[in-house]
Amino acid sequence: MIVVKNLRKSFGDVKAVNGISFEARDGEITGLLGPNGAGKTTTLRMLYSLLPPDEGEIRIDGLDPARDAMEIKRTLGVVPDSRGLYSRLTARENISYYGELHGMDKKAITDRIETMTRTLDMADFIDRRTEGFSQGQRVKVAIARAMVHQPQTVLMDEPSNGLDVMSTRALRHYIRNLKEEGHSVVLSTHIMQEVAALCDRIVIIAKGEVAADGTAAELLQRSGCDSLEDAFVKLIGSEEGLLA
Amino acid sequence: MSGLTTVFRKEVRENIRDRRALFNSLLLGPLLFPLLFVGMMWFLESAEKERAEKTLELPVIGAEYAPSLIRFLEQQGTVILPAPEDPEEMVRSQQVPVVLRILPEYPEKWAEGLPAPVEVISDPSRQESNAPIRKVKGLIYGYGQQIGSLRLRLRGVSPQLASPVMIKDVDLSTPKSRAILAVIFLPYVLMITAFTGATHLAMDTTAGEKERKSLEPLLINPVPRWQIMTGKMLTTMVFAMASLALTLVSFRIVLPYLPVGAFGMDLTLGLETLLKILFVISPVAILAAALLTLLASFAKSYREAQSYMGLVILIPMIPSLIFMANPIKAETWMMNIPLFSQNLLIGELIRDEAVPLSWYGLSIASTLVIGLVLAAMAATLYNRPKLIFSTS
Repeated sequence: MIVVKNLRKSFGDVKAVNGISFEARDGEITGLLGPNGAGKTTTLRMLYSLLPPDEGEIRIDGLDPARDAMEIKRTLGVVPDSRGLYSRLTARENISYYGELHGMDKKAITDRIETMTRTLDMADFIDRRTEGFSQGQRVKVAIARAMVHQPQTVLMDEPSNGLDVMSTRALRHYIRNLKEEGHSVVLSTHIMQEVAALCDRIVIIAKGEVAADGTAAELLQRSGCDSLEDAFVKLIGSEEGLLA
Repeated sequence: MSGLTTVFRKEVRENIRDRRALFNSLLLGPLLFPLLFVGMMWFLESAEKERAEKTLELPVIGAEYAPSLIRFLEQQGTVILPAPEDPEEMVRSQQVPVVLRILPEYPEKWAEGLPAPVEVISDPSRQESNAPIRKVKGLIYGYGQQIGSLRLRLRGVSPQLASPVMIKDVDLSTPKSRAILAVIFLPYVLMITAFTGATHLAMDTTAGEKERKSLEPLLINPVPRWQIMTGKMLTTMVFAMASLALTLVSFRIVLPYLPVGAFGMDLTLGLETLLKILFVISPVAILAAALLTLLASFAKSYREAQSYMGLVILIPMIPSLIFMANPIKAETWMMNIPLFSQNLLIGELIRDEAVPLSWYGLSIASTLVIGLVLAAMAATLYNRPKLIFSTS
């Protein structure tokens, strides 16, 4: 469960995040939807305590990233925009490195990788070095790495970036499973179809502010449009960034 | 602390698989420098020998004024060449190293028993002409001595009267202390190796990690940043130490193949000396790892980091360059200066001199203090979000 209230962050004169508030509940998928440069990544970075907010409040299962950074990192699983795998390590070594950094013992890591290899269908490449992996394989390893310690809250930044149709389907399937298991999932994206297909709640972000917030049906109703795409354009007030 | 060791183990494993890291740290220094050293020595020696054995060819102007001098020179194996048109130009353009000019007043002065003038035209600033110049001057001086003592004898005077003082050389240098070149060269190579051995790792674990975009996910793990950075610096240090140890071993293997005779060098590195040198220089590896990591952490990419390193590599050269220009005697206060003190201590160790224990202590302590301060700075550097995200 994530509660964000009036979050603000500036870089020099640029107000990247300018008063964002939203909630992400357990057992729900919350989508942060917005054009490129709207402040989604900055918001996520504040959630996983890599950036300190200038103002505002964040609570993740009651914890404050500013004060309980280590504790929060233990309960979070993060798939950042930059996947950043180590190309000279195998997929298994990449995942187990993060397991060790989370303080897991060898047995627990081995078992966990075993399970995730099955759920994410990684058996073909789990013991290969990640050099030359396809985008789909990379995302799978990045997800497995982020989920190795079984976090309650999952943050994903543009998870389907660069994936082909099959990989995207597999990814969506996996994310829905997380929701079934009662995890709180937050994903940021600029892709309309992704939000429509996955998210229970949609937070539309534009120019560092929340333009609208609600379920898909609520957003359609509020904007008086037939399609989510039209609703999105109407709610953020421009078509900027949609084609990116 | 388990985060620190995890990072350390992973970095070691990853870099052992990296051909570039292995090449830079474990192959380049340990192989290149000793070979360079041996090659240089062989070259110097053979050049010296060639010059010593070569018959001296000497263009002479005005040979007709001093037939007996010319005969003397020829008896000593000199080949007398006819007078050139423009001797100064010939020397300047390096066609000949030295030209002898016998002045027209030579016969007249000679007959009067006054010093007869000859000119040795040469350019002593050219290193390769030093040997022929010395040889020509030596021959002429020897001729003068011979004639001088003959004249004295003719007048019934003992030639010994003309040499009131006699110099005898008493050489106290041991063969080892004559190994000046090695004393300068080995510390120089080791200082550079401590830095080159650390460079690639320092860049790869910081700027490289940022460039490959793996830094951000790494820092989301519940491990304090100082532990992550210290684990990285530890890896860098271990590679630098390995590089140093291998360089020393390869020097030990290579030294017996040096042309000993030509330089009067007796340089064998015993195991004990090797270990002492490694011990003395190990704080430099820590200093280098910390300094290079600190600098590379500011860079956005491996390439940018590389552009800083070109300048940093000059730092370990400075003490050696000072010693080459101006060899100085080691004193206690010098032991407080990192790099400088190691340079002096290694020199003393090679010469087999007894070194006060306090010198080791001072050298190690002063270098460690600076190394640890730099390491502490590097360890907290990624607490600044600006440096983590500087690629995006």
